[in-house]
Amino acid sequence: MKVSITVNGTSTQHDVEPRTLLVHYVRENLGLTGTNIGCDTSSCGACTVHLNGEAVKSCTILAAQADGCSVNTIEGLSKDGVMHPMQQAFMENHGLQCGYCTPGMVMAAIGLLNENPHPTEEDVRLGLEGNLCRCTGYHNIVKSVLAAAK
Amino acid sequence: MTMTDNRPNTVIGTRLLRREDPALLTGEGKFTNDLNIPGALHLAIKRSEHAHARIIKIDTTQAQALPGVVAVYTGADLQSLWAAPMPCAWPVTPDMKNPVHYPLAVSKVHYVGDGVAAVLATTETISRDALDLIDVTYEVLPAVVDLDEALSDKVILHDELGTNSSYTWPLLIESTPGCVEEAFKNAAYTVKERYVQQRLIPMAMEPRAIAAVPQPFGGDVTMYSSTQVPHILKVMAALTLGIPEHQLRIVAPSVGGGFGSKLDVYAEELLCLALSRKHNVPVRWVEERSENAHATIHGRGQIQHVELAADSDGKLTAVRFRIIADMGAYLQLVTPGVPLLGAFLYAGVYNLPQAYDFSCTGVFTSLTPTDAYRGAGRPEATYAIECGMDALAREMKIDPYELRKRNFIQKEQFPYTAFSGLTYDSGDHALAAEKATQMADYTGIRKQQVTQNVPGAAKRIGIGMASYFEMCGLAPSRVLASLNYGAGGWEAATVRVLPTAKVQVVTGTSPHGQGHETSWAMIASEKLGIPVEDIDVLHSDTAIAPLGMDTYGSRSLPVGGVAIAGACDKVIEKARLIAAHQLECAADDLEFANGLFSVKGSPDRSLPMAALAFAAFTAHNLPDGLEPNLEAQYTYDPPNFSWPFGTHVCIVEVDVETGKVQVLKYVAIDDCGNQINPLIVEGQVHGGVIQGLAQALFEEAVYDEDGNLKTTTLAEYLVPAASDVPSITTGHTITPSPTNQLGVKGIGEAGTIGAAPAVINAIIDALSGLGVTSMAMPASPQTVWRTIQSAKK
Repeated sequence: MKVSITVNGTSTQHDVEPRTLLVHYVRENLGLTGTNIGCDTSSCGACTVHLNGEAVKSCTILAAQADGCSVNTIEGLSKDGVMHPMQQAFMENHGLQCGYCTPGMVMAAIGLLNENPHPTEEDVRLGLEGNLCRCTGYHNIVKSVLAAAK
Repeated sequence: MTMTDNRPNTVIGTRLLRREDPALLTGEGKFTNDLNIPGALHLAIKRSEHAHARIIKIDTTQAQALPGVVAVYTGADLQSLWAAPMPCAWPVTPDMKNPVHYPLAVSKVHYVGDGVAAVLATTETISRDALDLIDVTYEVLPAVVDLDEALSDKVILHDELGTNSSYTWPLLIESTPGCVEEAFKNAAYTVKERYVQQRLIPMAMEPRAIAAVPQPFGGDVTMYSSTQVPHILKVMAALTLGIPEHQLRIVAPSVGGGFGSKLDVYAEELLCLALSRKHNVPVRWVEERSENAHATIHGRGQIQHVELAADSDGKLTAVRFRIIADMGAYLQLVTPGVPLLGAFLYAGVYNLPQAYDFSCTGVFTSLTPTDAYRGAGRPEATYAIECGMDALAREMKIDPYELRKRNFIQKEQFPYTAFSGLTYDSGDHALAAEKATQMADYTGIRKQQVTQNVPGAAKRIGIGMASYFEMCGLAPSRVLASLNYGAGGWEAATVRVLPTAKVQVVTGTSPHGQGHETSWAMIASEKLGIPVEDIDVLHSDTAIAPLGMDTYGSRSLPVGGVAIAGACDKVIEKARLIAAHQLECAADDLEFANGLFSVKGSPDRSLPMAALAFAAFTAHNLPDGLEPNLEAQYTYDPPNFSWPFGTHVCIVEVDVETGKVQVLKYVAIDDCGNQINPLIVEGQVHGGVIQGLAQALFEEAVYDEDGNLKTTTLAEYLVPAASDVPSITTGHTITPSPTNQLGVKGIGEAGTIGAAPAVINAIIDALSGLGVTSMAMPASPQTVWRTIQSAKK
């Protein structure tokens, strides 16, 4: 089936199998491999992208469901070689180690601040509970998000 | 004097932001499964659904007929491809039993997840679809899940071995024969405990991925793999497949966490290599998460029988430990050695006389093989002694901190020759404990307990501590030889100053989140006096960095980092010869500081490293006999292990009615010697602590009695989320290691080692007024509630 999705501001069209997940669409059809796959139960959040401005796990959405929608991935965040303030905050606060959960974590964190621009530490911890990280113990991720909220 | 003393403007010790981050934050970083490899076939593995069974028949007809399937192979089909069985590099005893096994099982399967057939197909989806079309007939045999049952040999798992015991490794150290038994007989106090180190699943966020790419001419093959150990993998793959080692190149692209689980030689790596050569096309494989839970190694898995003897002051007089260690179905790369990495640490940070009776028996079960998982043997040892010390304090009715103070090895005793003959390089345990207890307000919490932990209280507060030693900096090669390990423990580095005074540092370490590129550039910058941004760090590709022993066991800095410093020294000495030649002075008359050679007493006669690099490149005016170019290779074999240490303190509140444990505060004081980059050190501690805390509170690989893994997804296996865990209060003391020029010790595993006993001691402390004296891990609400109920009876 044909789908048409605007990804990072660029219009894309591909013929896909109906069972194609959005995460496979961005990774395989578009070659945007910054969006990672870490599980098969929608538990880890590594594949989080923005769908019409909202953070979603792209393994829970069919490409067909995103037809006509606007999707932003980690590759669409930096502008003119300058990282998004959330990316900058993760760098300045050592909010990443191996970096595998990071794109999803950053997208989820931006989604969190969109909904709650001035969160408490508890708000951040609860808001990110759908995104797993094995390296950082979350301490510096929480710090990064709180810093970006300032 | 160490490098960081009295040195203003030094780069070592600063919180330099990581150079790795921009690529990882923007999606530019490439993990193995992100690589675009045209024409690759996709491998998928048919895995056993039985824990123990004989393979009667495998029918692949239907799978072969599926459009897009290129080939289907059983274990029997591929036997001719293997020059040797799957490797185990650590035969810990001469009589260790090691069942022969191959990348695919041939006649019997030994755990749920054991591979029985391989599919090659044109897409990943088709390769997985084909698995459902393979029909395997099994004769199902009884599973062995329990360690004591395994030891009973009622069901033998590997027929050819005749027993489920792989080895027994004893370590009896007595000043006089029989003194351990004597000490127990004469002890004022003894404790006898049984602890269980539950099986854990490492769950690195990146599942494993592999792509083997044969070169069109010459027979060479490149394998990309999400591995921690490209160098070890190259040697082992060459031996196992019979591929000439010089025709094999291993590359580890960005690797999404390892924690020991990618320190191995895996069946899928050998299959990708062998099948890519057989078909002469690239072959790739990526693991699904539930496949990862089955087919990537597990960690821990021990029963620990702990006995301590103490005199009337509580000073330890003898210890005895009997460990039963779960090997799982087969011996992987270092499976049998993992529990023994802790064998020397069961006396912890305490001044024990030569009265140490340790023995470990490795036993096969019909479960996923175990191997190294963050800390590897050392968290287990630390848990046993640190929870044992709290049990001893309860027995004596004294405060556990007071008991520790009476037993600590004292600062002035270092370097300290331990009961084992090993020398502990440096330490100040009393200081670390004092700092940690002060930051946690230990005395304040004790006061609060008097008012809060009253009969009928719904929420009780507890405080627990753990003081640890980590034996790391793996490792002096001669010591490894005495332990029968199959390789050395050195690390290699090359430092190359390019004609324009930019620098390449080539390291044999293989980072997967630790920030080596940043830290290693800082070391070279400090040594060479060249700006850190002018230094590149190359790694994880055996064509670029052909020599190395890779990254595990907190070894990278104390071995690999020191190797870089050593290579820099050699570069500086070569540059000094060129400078002396051009300045027409003796080499000894030159001082080197901040990248500049100057003649002592005549600072205006000087040459910067940049000029010398260019001179070495043009080779127009070099001393007679000196080779052109400014580079040096150095291999460092450490003279001793390094001994990081510290004290962690955890404060919990336990809801007596629900059993829920809330961590109110966690303080980690760690001493890893000099810190190259404190930002990275803290990050390592944060992550390590949460991994240890997760063992204490959340994680367990749960099996049913038939050997089926019940925790196969991240929905069932409880890797904690941000909302499950506290912030960590970190601090440090700095006691440089005297055994290496950087004064460093390593920090990768410290957090994991300290955390589990600190958390469990805190929970028991909270509930001791209710009669609770032990707590199983993970201390889930149900476990805690049941323990409280049974204590009431």
